[in-house]
Amino acid sequence: MNDLVQGLSSAARLLLGADSDLWSVVALSIRVSGTACLVGAAIGLSAGAWLAIARFPGQALVVGLLNTLLALPSVVVGLVVYLLLSRAGPLGALGILFTPTAMVIAQSILVVPLVAALSRRLVLLALADGGDQLRSLGAGPFTTALLLLLHERFGVLTVLLTAFGRAIAEVGAVMIVGGNIDGVTRVMTTTIALETSKGDLPLALALGVVLLAVVALLNALIGLLQWRSAAPREALA
Amino acid sequence: MKAPARQTLISLHGANVRFGATPALSGVTMDLRRGDRLMLVGANASGKTTLIRLLHGLLQPVVAGSVQTHVLVPEGTAPRGAMVFQRPFLLNLSVRWNVLLGLWLHGVPQAERESRCRQALQRVGLASLAGRRARELSGGQQQRLALARAWALQPDILFLDEPTASLDPGAKREVEALIQDFAADGVTLVMSTHNLGQAKRLGSRVAYLEAGTLVVDRAVDDFFSGDDLPDPARQFLRGELPWHT
Repeated sequence: MNDLVQGLSSAARLLLGADSDLWSVVALSIRVSGTACLVGAAIGLSAGAWLAIARFPGQALVVGLLNTLLALPSVVVGLVVYLLLSRAGPLGALGILFTPTAMVIAQSILVVPLVAALSRRLVLLALADGGDQLRSLGAGPFTTALLLLLHERFGVLTVLLTAFGRAIAEVGAVMIVGGNIDGVTRVMTTTIALETSKGDLPLALALGVVLLAVVALLNALIGLLQWRSAAPREALA
Repeated sequence: MKAPARQTLISLHGANVRFGATPALSGVTMDLRRGDRLMLVGANASGKTTLIRLLHGLLQPVVAGSVQTHVLVPEGTAPRGAMVFQRPFLLNLSVRWNVLLGLWLHGVPQAERESRCRQALQRVGLASLAGRRARELSGGQQQRLALARAWALQPDILFLDEPTASLDPGAKREVEALIQDFAADGVTLVMSTHNLGQAKRLGSRVAYLEAGTLVVDRAVDDFFSGDDLPDPARQFLRGELPWHT
């Protein structure tokens, strides 16, 4: 218990003292996970929208596979990306193993199924309400699905926040493909794992606090946007 | 202006529609003519909405029969259709953007969109609310917006599926007045309704459906005079039919 209290007070000092090492790790984490979310959003939203409106043989199988991938273990993703990017692998010539780019690739693979599955569900629900009406206005199936994503944009933001949460909190994949190199690929979760094994609990706890704070801040921003959207205009004036 | 002759716009011949194993329309044969104000009446689940959707081209599962759309004479183009639903689906955007997106989806050139949007909103009395979010509008205003969105497309045929069913009497009168306005411009109307008074006020022709079958289709005065009506239609007029067929 004492360790925890001491750790938390040291964590507070590090945070308030604007420790440069701490903030560089935080900045890299946000950059890597934010980029992975953007890539995941582009691919996942398109795939989710398409799967909501497409009809093809084997569709149920694809949807089942997508839902299974929601539980994709991050270490497995890390291992597969490692094998692809390692010198002997098919993409070894790119020379991006142990770089932030490799970490972005691994995290993107992790979040795409999440974004696709949840956005597919959003579009399906909205299709029941407005699909026919948009089609009657002349929208093709894919345009209809994209317009419904626009219509449900606050739901989409929540999906992306969930994806960001998964990306920034995972440790297995970035450890394997990033290598936890100080100043290059060291992010919050890998630092927490390293510092804990070294017994430096204050830094590990400080990063844990920051990790939660980043997600909480994003959550608050989205909540604010949703509140502004739902509140009657007069109440905001 | 738009109705120089009683030209046929859409012909149905023996059209059958099924949803899975459930027949929704059986052997419907009818012509929709230019300038018609066709009112579809009948109990719930009689096939009114299915028939409107079929005429508008929203339905695929015609298992037998044909739906033929004829080009306009003298324009030489296919008739443009627009539809207003019982509960309008409005995107979570401003009033103005809901109309503009409809125009964009219909392929209206960008240069025309703003002016057509403004005119449509003025026509339904929503110009002052153009910047407001569509979902903040009352039920009647939302239905007027749906009418503006449809009218902005300059349709030759306006399909209306129980457009006043969810509205209070005041909003119902406003929407009905707008529909009368559009009809006065020569727009062909196809409308389903449970309100026989409304069918009498707005229609030039009434079709009665029962269990997916077109029982009778005749001019509004002939329908409401009740002369020689088939029994089911006569019973419907007297209010003697069960609500659900």
